[in-house]
Amino acid sequence: MSAAAALPEPAPPKANYLNISYGVKSWLLTTDHKRIALLYMGSITVMFALGGIFAALIRLELVTPPGDMVQAETYNKLFTLHGVIMVFFFLIPSIPATLGNFLIPLMIGARDLAFPKLNLASWYLFMAGAGFAAYSLVRGGVDTGWTFYTPYSTAFSNTHVISAAMGAFIAGFSSILTGLNFIVTIHKMRAPGLTWMRLPLFVWSHYATSIIMVLGTPVIAVTLMLVMVERGLKLGIFNPALGGDPVLFQHLFWFYSHPAVYIMILPSMGVISELVSAMARKRVFGYGIVAMSSLAIAVIGFLVWGHHMFVSGQSVYAGMVFSALSFLVAIPSAIKVFNWTATLYKGSVSYDTPTLYAIGFIGLFTIGGLTGIFLAATGLDVHVHDTYFIVAHFHYIMVGGAIMGYLGGLHFWWPKITGRLYPEAWGRVAALIVFAGFNLTFFPQFILGYMGMPRRYHAYPEEFQVLNVMSSAGASILGLGYILPFAYLGWSMRYGRAASANPWGAKGLEWQAASPPLTENFETQPVVREEAYEYAHAPQERAIV
Amino acid sequence: MSEAVAHHAEADRHPALAHHFEGLPEQKEAAGLGMWLFLAQEVMFFGGLFACYTIYRNLYPGAFAAGSAHLNWKLGAFNTAVLIGSSLTMAMAVHAAAVGKRRQIVAYLLMTVVLGSVFLGVKVVEYADKFHHHLVPGAHFRFEGPLARPVEIYYSLYFAMTGLHALHMVIGIPILLTLAVLAHRGHYSASYYAPVEMTGLYWHFVDIVWIFLFPLLYLIPTHAPH
Amino acid sequence: MWTGFPLFPEQASTMAGRVDALYIALVALAAFFSVLIACLVVGFAIKFRRRSPGEIGVPIHGNFTLEAVWTAVPLVIVTVVFLWSAEIFFSMARVPPQAMEIYVVGKRWMWKAQHLSGQREINELHVPVGVPVKLVLTSEDVIHSFYVPAFRIKKDAVPGRYATMWFQATKPGRYHLFCAEYCGTKHSGMIGWVEVMEPAAFQTWLTGGGTGSLAAEGQKIFQSLGCVTCHRADSQGRGPRLEGLFGRAVTLADGEEVVADADYVRESIVTPAAKVVAGYQPVMPTYQGLVSEEGLMQLIAYIQSLQEPAKGAPPAVAPREPGAAARTGARQP
Repeated sequence: MSAAAALPEPAPPKANYLNISYGVKSWLLTTDHKRIALLYMGSITVMFALGGIFAALIRLELVTPPGDMVQAETYNKLFTLHGVIMVFFFLIPSIPATLGNFLIPLMIGARDLAFPKLNLASWYLFMAGAGFAAYSLVRGGVDTGWTFYTPYSTAFSNTHVISAAMGAFIAGFSSILTGLNFIVTIHKMRAPGLTWMRLPLFVWSHYATSIIMVLGTPVIAVTLMLVMVERGLKLGIFNPALGGDPVLFQHLFWFYSHPAVYIMILPSMGVISELVSAMARKRVFGYGIVAMSSLAIAVIGFLVWGHHMFVSGQSVYAGMVFSALSFLVAIPSAIKVFNWTATLYKGSVSYDTPTLYAIGFIGLFTIGGLTGIFLAATGLDVHVHDTYFIVAHFHYIMVGGAIMGYLGGLHFWWPKITGRLYPEAWGRVAALIVFAGFNLTFFPQFILGYMGMPRRYHAYPEEFQVLNVMSSAGASILGLGYILPFAYLGWSMRYGRAASANPWGAKGLEWQAASPPLTENFETQPVVREEAYEYAHAPQERAIV
Repeated sequence: MSEAVAHHAEADRHPALAHHFEGLPEQKEAAGLGMWLFLAQEVMFFGGLFACYTIYRNLYPGAFAAGSAHLNWKLGAFNTAVLIGSSLTMAMAVHAAAVGKRRQIVAYLLMTVVLGSVFLGVKVVEYADKFHHHLVPGAHFRFEGPLARPVEIYYSLYFAMTGLHALHMVIGIPILLTLAVLAHRGHYSASYYAPVEMTGLYWHFVDIVWIFLFPLLYLIPTHAPH
Repeated sequence: MWTGFPLFPEQASTMAGRVDALYIALVALAAFFSVLIACLVVGFAIKFRRRSPGEIGVPIHGNFTLEAVWTAVPLVIVTVVFLWSAEIFFSMARVPPQAMEIYVVGKRWMWKAQHLSGQREINELHVPVGVPVKLVLTSEDVIHSFYVPAFRIKKDAVPGRYATMWFQATKPGRYHLFCAEYCGTKHSGMIGWVEVMEPAAFQTWLTGGGTGSLAAEGQKIFQSLGCVTCHRADSQGRGPRLEGLFGRAVTLADGEEVVADADYVRESIVTPAAKVVAGYQPVMPTYQGLVSEEGLMQLIAYIQSLQEPAKGAPPAVAPREPGAAARTGARQP
């Protein structure tokens, strides 16, 4: 250790966006993107806990073959609410609304997003949507599955479908406005010298995500609107008994909901690019290609929705087209994985919590993405569609991928957001517990699915029990792994060591701002004079060891 | 609520310039891109309904023709002319703002409001007529003949599409009125009139949607095409 | 196939082995790439671990050849997988011409099957081994999905339309039948068994019970609902002749041509005004609600059984006036 290790303690806290003003009104009426990010962070954490409780109840019921813990109606509500909450109220907003909101202006050297008041409105729309969902829950829940297939949802279900659909509908506008804000910000507010090809990959992936948010979300909005109207007025738009077409609903639903999964994973990939680069102290290998891959995923992602409908009665030829395009959309993701791997080659890799999450992501996303190939293969999908194989596939991507990226990013930027360091040892322990728990929960489900266990089953044949028990055991470990960060991150907000501006010694404009930043982010307008991730240039600050 | 450190002397900054933009040109470009993106998502929003329309018109051509026959195409044509006229007055309002003619901005904005209100008034007349003839989908829908069910689907789409369109006008008119008030107070000048221009974009979009809705809903030929 | 811990359902149809082969190939592929990436990532992380606080990585920015290779190789691999899987999918979609037909109706929360010979079953499906079987599938209420893991086949039962699926069982035995599309409260109770029998045993089972054949049941409905009033064999009725109709091309009033398949016949009974035959008036009332889905299937079986009376008889044409001579040049099937 050289003299560089013995730097003085950071200066006492000065004015920053957290302490500049106090009081509930200063938070609820803020237009500061950083405070809005924290408002979102609080909301989605609550939603995640709620969705997680439902997951725990599901896994508890599935320990035994008969449906003996809750009634069938209740179980159906549990998996529906788990899906609705996790998809619409956790995964879709998560990284963009928290880390994206917080970091994009900082990363491009701007003072705020393009439309700060619209940003606050987005959060209120999210809360209004969550309010409707909560109303549905309190009044007894909804049991249609998060996919709301007709005619069950419009003409048969006896649960609170309209309020749940309204919740998702309103939350959709929150998503649209966030995406709109990001696109304009990235186009128009970059610092001098910050050309497109010098942008951090986190910004590129959010740009691609925002395109999907703006163009895809309106379609599910209008579809849910039609579902609400059909149910309320007893119409037949999607009800075959009245002349409607239930498969048309599926087309409209999946036209958004497939690109939606890219809304959920692209931001996480952006986080991983940042983590891999910072933790290896190297520019991401193939920077330009990784940036373009994000756009490719966004565009091709709009063309593959029919792969959710191979057995629905869609024509064989349509199935072929969707199958081919679904194989194609896997390629840019594969390219990213190879590029991240190559970044580690001859890097200088540290073993901090963000690194562990990044490495975990690469492994689990690879498995999840490869199982997507299984599903793009129509002949194979026929057998595993609507089984636990699908459930395992999307949880590998959403949980093993997206959520690990979120946690990794949360830890990486925690010093910037809060001005505090989290306890590193606990961070590593939790990351390992999450990784282990996750695999034990979801890997058995691939086998269950190929064996033929359908999804959304309250009770199941005896021969599926062993794998179900394994999965539920894993779920309890995973749950513990999620509770730990909640505990020590919360602890660190009050008792953590004060952080310097750049505790990781990373590149990126956000690390030139204070930890936590001023309300206006920078004292003087930053000017960019080098390429992204130019580690050779600036001297490194003391790293966290 | 944010205590922004002034990057320029306060006196230099135009009162309408937000703290996070360097200058008015940057702010206006951002507003323009934002409005175009908003219109893009509106296209997708209506697009879902147009997709439903396409599928069902293909499935039930006879029912769509029968349903359309009950619409008053003359009223529809009148409304189309009214709305196109309102787009003209809106464009004139934007031009007046660009050359800084305060009274003209107000006048043209008010004309746009009047024309938009005429449009909505005609729609109220049409909807009332549908109500009286039991053509509103739902419990009270009645249509003679075997095509009743698909005709109800036609009318569901009719009300959904024109209703959504009318909602956009109901939102737009108060915005126009607000602009008129602000224009009257001298908020807009040749150097700053972005809100008028952006509202103009929105209003033209609402007009264009109607230009598609009118032929698709009102002008379905009753004889089957060969 | 595997003792101890099962990883596959039994292979009990001609498709099962093909689907499993693709699956195993993909498992091997996925395992290879996952292990490769895992080893590289962990290996690099260890080999290139940070050795001093200020150390940075070697500034390697990219390598076009490498990018081209790891784009092209996955592209080739997915193309192969696509073609392989497409072949399986087409086989699943191409129903063998002489397949034995069974009608299946899904309804909350049970599967009802009707054999052409009249045998009816609930939550059970008896089929002979070694014979292609075609299922004509629909639902009475919401979307269900007919899933037999041992056969590796699945198809959604969508209300308002017919779906077809086929299989050829290869091994006698009892195999799970599941509903695989969430349909409400007892979705996980909508299960049953497919019983594959030796041909002789199946014949025995077929003759042991059931009322008349499907077509005979359909004829009863045809009479009782008065269909014969308009659909007469002598072309004098207000509706088209039905003899020889099934499978033939039909010209509609708007000039469009459709094939008179099961979907067409069902729609003509439920929503007659949707497709009116050229030369006829849209006067047929709807029978929706008057016939159950099973009844509809029986009617279809009956209409399917209606053959042309003899060679050289005039094909079904639209009478311009009563007693008009048959037009020449009318379309033949």
